[in-house]
Amino acid sequence: MDQTKDVIKLVIPAKAQYVGVVRLTVSGIANRLGFNYDEIEDMKLAVAEACTNAVDHAYRECEDKGNIDVTFHIFGDRLEIKIKDEGNSFDIAAVKKRCGPIENQLPFTSMRERGLGLHLMETLMDRVDIHGGQGVVVTLTKFTNRDEVDQDVDSPAKTESNR
Amino acid sequence: MNVTIQEETRSEQVSALVVSGEVDAYTAPQLREKLMPLCKENREIYLDLSRVDYMDSTGLGVLIGAYKQLRSGGGRLVLTGMSPRLKRLMKITGLTEILDIEDGV
Repeated sequence: MDQTKDVIKLVIPAKAQYVGVVRLTVSGIANRLGFNYDEIEDMKLAVAEACTNAVDHAYRECEDKGNIDVTFHIFGDRLEIKIKDEGNSFDIAAVKKRCGPIENQLPFTSMRERGLGLHLMETLMDRVDIHGGQGVVVTLTKFTNRDEVDQDVDSPAKTESNR
Repeated sequence: MNVTIQEETRSEQVSALVVSGEVDAYTAPQLREKLMPLCKENREIYLDLSRVDYMDSTGLGVLIGAYKQLRSGGGRLVLTGMSPRLKRLMKITGLTEILDIEDGV
């Protein structure tokens, strides 16, 4: 079951106007694999967040913005999407520590306007792996069979709706 | 993959904006440019999001920026017409508890 069946590759310039093209591709592939509307929208958003981070952070100091490689690995039981940039790496542990939903106990003046992307990725996907080094590789996984998946991935949303 | 923003003044110091299309890293700056000056001039801003079919964290960042600007002047930002997808995004990010969200327009 772990054998990759098919691989689809997409290379875009690391510019914000091309992130929409990746979203359309996600939509096309995920639809082909039988994911439902909400799962597809979740994946589009998570992948867009990863690409936006690559555009924003990875190439901040470069004049030539470089490319973002997006690779879709289609397995029997899941879709894995790797978003790879060749830009500057960052302190993954430090970023993870800061990520999370916005807390309404804090005064409004200290509300973050950025940094929700990683939290969204972790909530919307079944698995998120981030590897630094020469550039950053973010791997986002969504299982096609929801029954095999830890349902806790949706917990922040569910807790809210139970109120 | 674009955004359009229509503005209507409801009364003195109250403005309403209708946002249509996709709000992402590419289009969010357009929304910010339109919204932020209004937040400085007005006390109340109604943002109709019923025609927004996609928004990501950069769009949320603009909304948070507008909310902070208005609140610091004692004003308020009201979001209307959000799709279930947008509501889900607000819940996940914890913004449901903070932003002023009204159903309908």
